Amino acid sequence: MNDEHVISLRGVTAELGSRPVLRGIDLGVRRGEVVALLGANGSGKSTAVRTIIGQVPVTGGEIELFGTPRRRFRDWARVGYVPQRTTAAGGVPATVTEVVSSGRLSRTRLGMLRRADREAVRHALDLVGMGDRAKDSVDALSGGQHQRVLIARALASAPELLIMDEPMAGVDLASQEVLAATLREQVAAGVSVLLVLHELGPLEPLIDRAVVLRDGCVLHDGPPPRALGQHALPGHDHVHPHAAHDAEPIRTGLLS
Amino acid sequence: MNLEILDYAFMQRALLAAVLVGITAPAVGIYLVQRRQALMGDGIGHVAMTGVGLGFLLSWSPVWMATAVSVAGAVLMELIRWYGRTRGDIALAMLFYGGMAGGVMLINLAPGGTNANLISYLFGSLSTVSESDVTAICLLAAFVVAVTLGLRRQLFAVSQDEEFARVTGLPVRALNLLVAVTAAVTVTVAMRVVGLLLVSALMVVPVAAAQQLTRSFAATFAIAVAIGIGVTIGGTATSYYQDVPPGATIVLLAIGAFVLLTALATPLARRRARALARSRAGETGDPAECAIPATRAPAGKAGV
Repeated sequence: MNDEHVISLRGVTAELGSRPVLRGIDLGVRRGEVVALLGANGSGKSTAVRTIIGQVPVTGGEIELFGTPRRRFRDWARVGYVPQRTTAAGGVPATVTEVVSSGRLSRTRLGMLRRADREAVRHALDLVGMGDRAKDSVDALSGGQHQRVLIARALASAPELLIMDEPMAGVDLASQEVLAATLREQVAAGVSVLLVLHELGPLEPLIDRAVVLRDGCVLHDGPPPRALGQHALPGHDHVHPHAAHDAEPIRTGLLS
Repeated sequence: MNLEILDYAFMQRALLAAVLVGITAPAVGIYLVQRRQALMGDGIGHVAMTGVGLGFLLSWSPVWMATAVSVAGAVLMELIRWYGRTRGDIALAMLFYGGMAGGVMLINLAPGGTNANLISYLFGSLSTVSESDVTAICLLAAFVVAVTLGLRRQLFAVSQDEEFARVTGLPVRALNLLVAVTAAVTVTVAMRVVGLLLVSALMVVPVAAAQQLTRSFAATFAIAVAIGIGVTIGGTATSYYQDVPPGATIVLLAIGAFVLLTALATPLARRRARALARSRAGETGDPAECAIPATRAPAGKAGV
């Protein structure tokens, strides 16, 4: 790990409608680092991530990706993004492969998929254990499988930086295990990660640093809060206990 | 089969125009349906009426004038979608009804113009498609096919998940605008065939019918276009042999295809699900499924 930042936010402010959501955020992710962005609902953590990718316009401050101001950043193949989503489905049926192929567009010229691109898509599906569902419609998948497809889509361009917004939300324990293992491999390969999380959960051992937001301000930036301290965080609403991350994969029945 | 239908120049033009509409309308419509904006074509159709009226008033080609005005309208709709999220629906309503009222007003102001002229644009008038109309329709259809096929992966990505598409470096706004402009062009291509009021049906219904059977986007695209071609040829031929309005016939045939495919799809889906369940059970023997009712039941009781 060195001091080179892959993401750097300095004094970023943003508004939704006319309501200030970010009130001057400083956030840095160094190469090879895994940073969790924590906070209660409405603390601005999703908005912070969306300013990084340019979905939400900033009203002030600076954002840099790989040392380049975001406005001038063009090298999007280096970034993999997993939006907060409960479904990968649009209004028209699409197969798992079709959805994951979208993630490869940043490495193609004019959207032409060559053999290497198709192999990259297949490889990304294998990474999340969805290789056997490649030709299935995304409508036929469970919530956890959806999330695995969205992560495969982000991995299809072989990114150096992964940005994930609540990757564990609405995901059954079996898929959580697969996702944690996938992420572990990516981190071992040197990928930097920014994760928006509601709670640390099964990803806790991976996380180098936690940034806690509250009302659009950074409240804490340092080592991840320990399990006990996590409950003491302001505004934290821990709704249900979790099994240990190495427990038997059991289905909770919350999803299907 | 009696093919005297092809002996008449006006029927050749009508069939050519109809087939081009059968290709282009579902080809654009699939992206609108994917973005869950199935009724956008309807809105553009309303706006295009002002273009037709303006064409009559200025004695310019109503087809080209309608193209210009509906492209402007579609761009305006996209801009409203970006900037006016809160009052977006109201602004769109203004645009739609303003477009319709403007068309009626302008055509009445035009020298010798009456609302009767408008009827042929509202409901289509295949038999009066002229040489110059056919030229315009061919050029516009070529543009639509080039965009919807050539940029299919980009448009799929943007229509599937705009936020993600941004991170692949795609020019999301430009592509959204391109879809809007292409839809507007398609509306004017289809105007002479099915009419402005029924354009949207040909964009949406073949796609809805195709997706009863399909699991992939590519197959949905192909089948929707095939249905589009089938119903436009069928409707045009029917209107030649039986004296019925072609636009309405085409749309009713498309709805018929939807009903038929929906009826076919139910047993097909059931068979697929059964095969899937069998293969799953065979390969994993996963008992976890059985655990779900067990964990759910007490919660349910507690709730009551």
